[in-house]
Amino acid sequence: MSLIFDVKRYAINDGPGIRITIFLKGCPLSCVWCHNPESIEKRVEKLFTRSKCIGCKACVERCENHACTLTKEGILTDTNACLLCGKCAEVCPTGATQMSGMQYPIEEIMAIIKKETLVMDQSEGGVTFSGGEPLFHHEFLVKLLDECGKEEIHRCVDTTGFTSAKKLLEVASRCEHFLYDLKVMDDEKHKQYTGVSNAQILSNLQLLASTDVNINIRIPLIKGLNDDDENIHQTALFINALHKKPLMVNILPYHSIAQKKYEKLGRIEKFIKMEEPDIACQKRVISLFESHGIKAMIGG
Amino acid sequence: MQSIKEIIGKVETNTVAERAACEQGNFYEPINNNAIGPGMNERIQKLRKLSFEAIPSISIERALHQTAFYKENLGKHSTPVLRALTFLDHCEKKSLYMGENELIVGERGPKPKAIPTFPELTCHSVEDLEILNSREQQPYTISQEDIDIYAKEVIPYWKGRTQRERIFSHVPIEWKRAYEAGVFTEFMEQRAPGHTVLDGKIYKKGMLDFKKEIEAHLDSLDFMNDPEATDKAEQLKAMSISCDAVIVFANRHADLAEQKAQSEKNPQRKKELEKIAAVCRRVPAHAPRTFHEAIQMYWFVHLGTITELNGWDSMNPGHFDQHLAPFYEKEIKEGTLSREEAKELLSCVWIKFNNHTAPPKVGITAKESGTYNDFTNINIGGVKIDGSDGVSEVSYLMLNVTEELHLLQPGTSVHIAPKTPNKFLNAACKVIRQGHGYPSVFNPDTYIMEMVGMGKSITDAREGGCSGCIEVGAFGKEAFLLTGYLNVPKIIEITLNNGIDPLTGKVAGIKTGDPREFKSYEELYEAFLKQLHFVVDQKVKVSNYIDRMFAKYAPAPFLSVVIDDCIQKGKDYYDGGPRYNTNYIQCTGLGTVTDSLSTIKKHVFEDKTLSMDKLLTAVANNFEGEEKLRQTIINKTPFFGNDDDYADAIACKVYDDLVKAIDGKPNIKGEYFHLNMLSTTCHIYFGKVMGAMPNGRLAHKSISDGTSPSHGCDIKGPSAVIRSLTKLDHTRSGGTLLNQRFLPSLLKRDEDIIKLGQLIRSYFTLGGHHIQFNIVDTATLRAAQQAPEEYKDLLVRMAGYSDYFNDMNDDLQQEVIDRTENESF
Repeated sequence: MSLIFDVKRYAINDGPGIRITIFLKGCPLSCVWCHNPESIEKRVEKLFTRSKCIGCKACVERCENHACTLTKEGILTDTNACLLCGKCAEVCPTGATQMSGMQYPIEEIMAIIKKETLVMDQSEGGVTFSGGEPLFHHEFLVKLLDECGKEEIHRCVDTTGFTSAKKLLEVASRCEHFLYDLKVMDDEKHKQYTGVSNAQILSNLQLLASTDVNINIRIPLIKGLNDDDENIHQTALFINALHKKPLMVNILPYHSIAQKKYEKLGRIEKFIKMEEPDIACQKRVISLFESHGIKAMIGG
Repeated sequence: MQSIKEIIGKVETNTVAERAACEQGNFYEPINNNAIGPGMNERIQKLRKLSFEAIPSISIERALHQTAFYKENLGKHSTPVLRALTFLDHCEKKSLYMGENELIVGERGPKPKAIPTFPELTCHSVEDLEILNSREQQPYTISQEDIDIYAKEVIPYWKGRTQRERIFSHVPIEWKRAYEAGVFTEFMEQRAPGHTVLDGKIYKKGMLDFKKEIEAHLDSLDFMNDPEATDKAEQLKAMSISCDAVIVFANRHADLAEQKAQSEKNPQRKKELEKIAAVCRRVPAHAPRTFHEAIQMYWFVHLGTITELNGWDSMNPGHFDQHLAPFYEKEIKEGTLSREEAKELLSCVWIKFNNHTAPPKVGITAKESGTYNDFTNINIGGVKIDGSDGVSEVSYLMLNVTEELHLLQPGTSVHIAPKTPNKFLNAACKVIRQGHGYPSVFNPDTYIMEMVGMGKSITDAREGGCSGCIEVGAFGKEAFLLTGYLNVPKIIEITLNNGIDPLTGKVAGIKTGDPREFKSYEELYEAFLKQLHFVVDQKVKVSNYIDRMFAKYAPAPFLSVVIDDCIQKGKDYYDGGPRYNTNYIQCTGLGTVTDSLSTIKKHVFEDKTLSMDKLLTAVANNFEGEEKLRQTIINKTPFFGNDDDYADAIACKVYDDLVKAIDGKPNIKGEYFHLNMLSTTCHIYFGKVMGAMPNGRLAHKSISDGTSPSHGCDIKGPSAVIRSLTKLDHTRSGGTLLNQRFLPSLLKRDEDIIKLGQLIRSYFTLGGHHIQFNIVDTATLRAAQQAPEEYKDLLVRMAGYSDYFNDMNDDLQQEVIDRTENESF
């Protein structure tokens, strides 16, 4: 079962032109800085925004399993009793309770994507599949890419690269553009902060660079974690050794906006505030890449 | 991983905003990076400062001249000739103003932002003048001495004789009821019908040439066979006199400039004054030969028309860049003009526009007033009469001047046809990014089709464009009169109350049945249509009546000279003289109406989760104690602007029915009414006179503007909005309006600018008429509310016009803040 947790139209930072970005739920990594914490779990999750709750008890009355209780802190959900059926969100008048993760038939997703046809045509944009990790839903993704291909829609995939070489190539043969994350070169650090080794990610990128697809490399820049000269230097060396250069290295400065999302998920204890890179730091990183002959810029 | 836009937003506040148009022709060294418009030279900085800081005031001079002249001469001449003679009399006597540093000369009043009154149309009472002098928002100063003179000399004469009194003594009770309930407004009760835009003829002919044409037509009148010949003769005589009036006015400026030149010590200024004198001797009597003369020519014609009467939306130069380009190109080639000089002259006339604040209304309090803006709208770019690309160097200069001067007036719009180069579109988007509100963006393909659909020739349609907010017209050939705004949501409200205005309990419409008895959505919709047709018919009848009053009592001979085919027909601008004569009713609130109908259709009739009684009771009680219901409606109903076919189909049906109700209703000139969709600031007033609506909008809050979605209800981003909007067939209207608010972070990088341009091209390819962007962040707006002094030049674009944030009242300010912020992360 593949779930979509968001669809973003007029996406102007997710690849060339104006795009529609489809966010697939589920990710094999668990980066400590993740700003889409609702994207990690593959299953449906319940989000609660306290500021929107008017205490009307619609959900309390609706829930057949008595999982919802109105407290001073808003609605408290007993996760043991909750079946994630979503009926509470259906009756919530303000949208304080929402379910993250919806199942869509392929045709329905295509209908949504096709609404953007003219804007995509005018701007040489297209569709971007993001996540989570879209390759986590390999079969579903391949189907969607094939459908988009039939419509001659420009396809882009935003990936962590953490997948098998076979799956990666299957996807690469069905799209025109990749947004490929490189988080940190030191494997120990990578394991520590993302939960997985980067060996597969790096070898996959080498493989991908030998195909036709265009590649942008994206680096989430976190102060004190991966902004050091050594890491940037190693990243640049790796990039320069690739079969072909990426179109651009996009530096995405870390931000703590996701705190609210962790609150909504009821997982605020999982939120670890990292340090935001200041402008001097961002500039230093850009010029380091440039000194290696690599084009880099702030933002997607 | 998603991108991180809010960081980009933060970065932006730390850097000095890029001066986009600099690349397109910024010639002067910046004084410092924080100065407004670093490209302005010293002269322009001084003139701008003077204009910017001038406090609007009322000048009673015109009223005194007018009154004295009427006392002496009423009954001695035909009405048109009397009107022309009063105009001549005023041009002969009025105080002139010629400021230091000016290159383009002439003011309507005795100094910048001194506004005359027009007592023959509407006469301010002492109380009106006192309120205008003391109100907090948009005051107009006037001395006690002047109020006393006004009370003694002006008011007693005009009592019972004004156009406004004549109108109100004749309107039927049904009209009065609807008007008082706020179902519509009536433009022509406050000011003369306006919306006048010029084509290129005044750059080819001088007033003496027009006089020759007039003489020829006078000579050819057939008194033997034409029963109207006498009337035509009087009209033509009046036109000829009015030509003399502007020549006299210009010559007086020439005299003054010569006088000043004689005593001027500074040799450079002396030369300038001599040049001004020479230019004023040449134009408007003769056709202009140079860039300088062409601009001064326009300016005298502009002043003439806004002094003769106070038509709505001032006067407009139309495709100003296209008119000036031949002069510019010739002089640049010959070496008699530099780009710097051209830019300076354009800046001078831009400041002149800004000096001309809108005339203050009568019988109106500060609460109902909205702006100093008099809505001149300069069209830049677009296509030429032959269909070719209209962009020239002058177009870029105008963008540059607009950006640097950052003034309330004139409004500018860019016109983006498929053949318009991306370079121009991107340059315009960079000016939009500055967040000054201007320019708004129009689609010539659509508006040309709109005009051709209304019967204009293709060339006349191409010469046309947009004026005021978004209204289309054939420039120089059409009287397209706006007759008033129609409060479509109020018609829903009245329908839901069986013809009664729930705010007053008074009758405002007709009986169409108690909605609690309705068995289907269709039954309710039918009732709405009955009310709509009733209201529109009332409005049309009275508008036609008023229209005729202007033809009869307040003709505009000077305006008639410059609009085809008034001279040929021997008829006044208000009497069917122009080649085309259109009356518009401006509808507003499509979003509010759609969302309200969607609520009823879905929850009451389809899902049956809500009874009509419960909904109407909640609405009547302004949703008090029904927040759960209100939130359910807001969050669980398909609303307009989200590319949702359920809601958009309702919008299309309503729009279609508005077209059916209005389009083709006869006006008094043998032509027709059409609709357009806009509201300027009227949606605020309309909201005030309304209770809550079924879409969850609370009582007295503003309704949606023009064809924009309800405020804050377009949550799927701009590409969804443009899809919703273009499900309507824009070509069947005389203009639609779409406001989109963007936070600066969406336009941080040059790629973002290009994407904004692509969004605009997408909207226009889909058939959109107009779009405008408000690029501003909420924090800035809140800060501006707290410390207005520090944000004096904060210009905000909304509802088809621009304003200074601090000159808007609290409600308008709140509205700007409430609009959806399209930040997509």
